[in-house]
Amino acid sequence: MLIDFANVLVFLVLGAAFVGVNLLIGKLLRPDNPSPRKLSTYECGEPATGSAWVNFNIRFYIVALIFIIFEVEIAFIFPVATAFRSLVESGRGLLAFMEIMLFIGILFLGLIYAWAKGDLEWVKKIKA
Amino acid sequence: MEAKEIWERLEEKFSGRVHGFKGDVFDPYLHVEPQAAVEVCRYLRDDPGLKFEVLSDLTALDWPKEEKIQLVYHLYSYTHRHQIVLKADLPREAPVIFTMEEIWKAANWMEREVFDLFGVVFDGHSDLRRILLPEDWVGHPLRKDYVEQEEYDGISTQRAPLVEKLLR
Amino acid sequence: MKSLINSLPETVFTTKVDDLLNWGRASSQWYMLFGLACCAIELMQTGGPRADVDRFGCVPRATPRQSDLMIVAGTLTYKMAKRTKLLYDQMPDPKYVISMGSCSNCGGLFQLAYSVCKGVDKIIPVDVYVPGCPPRPEALTEGLLRIQDKMMRERWLVRGSAERQPTAGA
Repeated sequence: MLIDFANVLVFLVLGAAFVGVNLLIGKLLRPDNPSPRKLSTYECGEPATGSAWVNFNIRFYIVALIFIIFEVEIAFIFPVATAFRSLVESGRGLLAFMEIMLFIGILFLGLIYAWAKGDLEWVKKIKA
Repeated sequence: MEAKEIWERLEEKFSGRVHGFKGDVFDPYLHVEPQAAVEVCRYLRDDPGLKFEVLSDLTALDWPKEEKIQLVYHLYSYTHRHQIVLKADLPREAPVIFTMEEIWKAANWMEREVFDLFGVVFDGHSDLRRILLPEDWVGHPLRKDYVEQEEYDGISTQRAPLVEKLLR
Repeated sequence: MKSLINSLPETVFTTKVDDLLNWGRASSQWYMLFGLACCAIELMQTGGPRADVDRFGCVPRATPRQSDLMIVAGTLTYKMAKRTKLLYDQMPDPKYVISMGSCSNCGGLFQLAYSVCKGVDKIIPVDVYVPGCPPRPEALTEGLLRIQDKMMRERWLVRGSAERQPTAGA
């Protein structure tokens, strides 16, 4: 039973190795000639002025947050049939269906709230 | 309105300060004294019969033998569909004239260009600095006595020998 | 760990590896869009559908950081020369320059002008000159193929073989 986790370990190692070996080959085979001008900040040919730390728009955060929430919801919806297998096999599949619909319904209310508040619009309308 | 009528209007209002009208050329022009240029231009823009609301072009000519730099103003009117050219002669050693920036906003960059290439100083300009050439350029290239610098920023300005032979 | 470039003894294996690396680089030259004047129009058309340069793996990049080829297309003025030098310095090694058109080869039509730099090779090292005013897309494609040949001839791994040394004080 525990030996099944060896599958996960192999995948982890292969994934890390795939990235790591490619980067290693690159490091061995590429020329490395740093110089102060080469490392200077790129600003279309002009010497860089000012700091690159600027305030960015809060809308990026809102969009990312809403995306994450609904993405996790999708991740929960995927294995529903296998997770409720015992219910489905004993003929009470409708109960499982109702449970998952309740879950989706609660999050749907959240979507309606975000929609009505205008958080899904990128361009905000300014009330005159 | 014909150019001759514009000239007559100006002559009766600013007699003595405008002269030298030439009407039989493609672009009729008239000369104006540099001290009176701003007043004349304001009248040309605001008078309802003339209404020159656009400064199409502001450029200059270098006359080294006559020791003058001549500024040329091309004016156009959209309401009356007529145009006129004004010319103002400035002394070559110290060419100074008052700016037209308050009258036409387009004069801002045009005057910067004339300053850059001829060295004409515009009094009262909000931001008189070079516009086409780099900030640290030496000299005013469109003057007839301009001498090129030997090198700029470490780059030599020498040309290929064949081209040197073709230069006058 | 140090780079393997310029460090291995000479075997047939290193030649093959060099060939493989060079083939990879030559088949995907990402050029920096450095269109300054009219040659830029022909540069755009060379990347366009008819004289497609994407079939050689060349894609345009806007930034020097991701490009290994700089196609200087157009007249270089002294004002722009400083910026061009900085952009060339900001490209990662190994980098190549194509001078496209007569204005960047030698100043071209505007050689007598006071503000024109008489050729881009006064400030950066050029690998291939493509003559023309402007050069046809076929001519620029030929220039890219010459750069491909140049890349295929380079040797990297054997001790002392890599020619492209960093320019001093760059």
